[in-house]
Amino acid sequence: MSKISDFIGHSARENVQQALDKARSNESFNAILSYSEARAYERADKVDAGEITGRLAGVPFIAKDNFLTVGDTTTAASKFLENFSAPLQATAIEKLEAEGAICIGKANLDAFAHGGSTENSAFGPTKNAHDQSRVAGGSSGGSAVVVALDIVPFALGSDTGGSIRQPASFNGVVGVKPTYGTVSRYGVVAMASSTDTIGVLSATVEDSELVMDILSGQDRKDMTTLPDFFTPESISSPKRIGVIKEFMTEDVDSAVREKTTAYIEAMKAKGHVVEEVSLPLLKYALAIYYIVVPAEVSSNLGRYDGVRYGARAEDAKNLSEVYGLSRDRGFVSENKRRIMIGSYVLSSGYFDAYYLKAQKARTLLINEFNKVFESYDALVGPVAPTPAFSLGENTEDPVKMYLADIMTVPASLAGLPAISVPAGHTPEGLPVGVQLIGPRKSDALLLALAKDGEA
Amino acid sequence: MTTISTQDVLHLAQLSSLQLDESEIESLRTDLEGILGYIEQLSELDTTGVEPTYQVTDLQNVWREDTVDDYGLGRDQLLSLAPEADQKQIKVPKVL
Repeated sequence: MSKISDFIGHSARENVQQALDKARSNESFNAILSYSEARAYERADKVDAGEITGRLAGVPFIAKDNFLTVGDTTTAASKFLENFSAPLQATAIEKLEAEGAICIGKANLDAFAHGGSTENSAFGPTKNAHDQSRVAGGSSGGSAVVVALDIVPFALGSDTGGSIRQPASFNGVVGVKPTYGTVSRYGVVAMASSTDTIGVLSATVEDSELVMDILSGQDRKDMTTLPDFFTPESISSPKRIGVIKEFMTEDVDSAVREKTTAYIEAMKAKGHVVEEVSLPLLKYALAIYYIVVPAEVSSNLGRYDGVRYGARAEDAKNLSEVYGLSRDRGFVSENKRRIMIGSYVLSSGYFDAYYLKAQKARTLLINEFNKVFESYDALVGPVAPTPAFSLGENTEDPVKMYLADIMTVPASLAGLPAISVPAGHTPEGLPVGVQLIGPRKSDALLLALAKDGEA
Repeated sequence: MTTISTQDVLHLAQLSSLQLDESEIESLRTDLEGILGYIEQLSELDTTGVEPTYQVTDLQNVWREDTVDDYGLGRDQLLSLAPEADQKQIKVPKVL
């Protein structure tokens, strides 16, 4: 896989052309939903003429198709937005463009980012970069695969419960889910507002670090953004690392455990103090997540009404049918399940037992993390209980599919930074990632630990 | 164990403004029952006296000047996104 630096100092037009050629020769993976060819060449020529400069001058990238970009469609991999062309750009795209980066296309995802395999895309699943019979992971499956196939050195993704980390692990690339509030979400299709984050997938840790340095910072268009705290760092002294006991049980795939253990041994060899820690409440995280997130989804997806933008059911005879039929046809089954579960847990009579209960349990989970971080600088464990599973393996049973998120949702609920770092392959050649989780705003430290591990 | 009836599915669909096709109802019923069955395990956790967490930024009352900002978007641009528009307004079929 290439690094950002491999593209610097070359003709931007050639960089773009090579990336587009490579993308087109890999269409069987179904990782890309649309190309931004005209705009990409236009911007490349400006870079080559010296009109656009910056730390990413002439470097091609791909954005998950839930980032609004001008000039082409933003579909969120849904029928609802199949022909939607945004009138504005996401702040994240603007910041990358300001540094000279060139968006060449949009990556496939689970529709509205609901899923862990990219099989919920209305435009067909993305195939795993290492084995086309397996899933890409999700929901940022396309973003992970375009990096793994070396089409672009980095891609943008969004992570609400693991949607950057899990596909990064399944495809053998680096994936960064920052502290909640690090990167502006303005212009990104909203899913669950209290856990939605924007992050990056790349071939190297260093490149993720550079892109995070560019993306981080306050944006008055997203009132949840934090003042910029991200400064790249290096490891200068041994750290205290906790191995999450609950993530290393016999239920976890043996190759995943082996690779995680090898990564841990390498950390010890570097002089870090690594000890087992227990977080007993982690077993409730997935249940909390699948109450809180559907509740927020049901509210955020209320805007898709077939009135202001997106597809309207043409045979709707009155306003109520405009809503009902447009929504039924614009959403995939997983969208409907989440919206209906959200309606259920928020409805009168169930609110206290489900939604309020989950938000209280979330407090307990956060307290448990805080307590552990009094003694440890970071936590380590697998990203997912298995390597990439087969296409269709989990589609019949939504709960089975949700279990693929069991190790990634805890950091999301607590707003913690968490990254996925490649840690080798299974005997069948499937990539395995390890996850590093830290206290809020320790993003740069986690990346420094990962760089230390690469060296 | 929570059971979900066909009637429950239709009620939830109505709350969610989803006009479901007949063929979707039974599989949604099974799926919703399965998901609710899973999340129910939370009831075994004691949360007495615990404050709920609704957001994790620690930010409070982020103010801005009370001035109009159209974010660079004009009315025509936004109207052009609507499936149907007329006379500077978005058009829908009859309400009743």
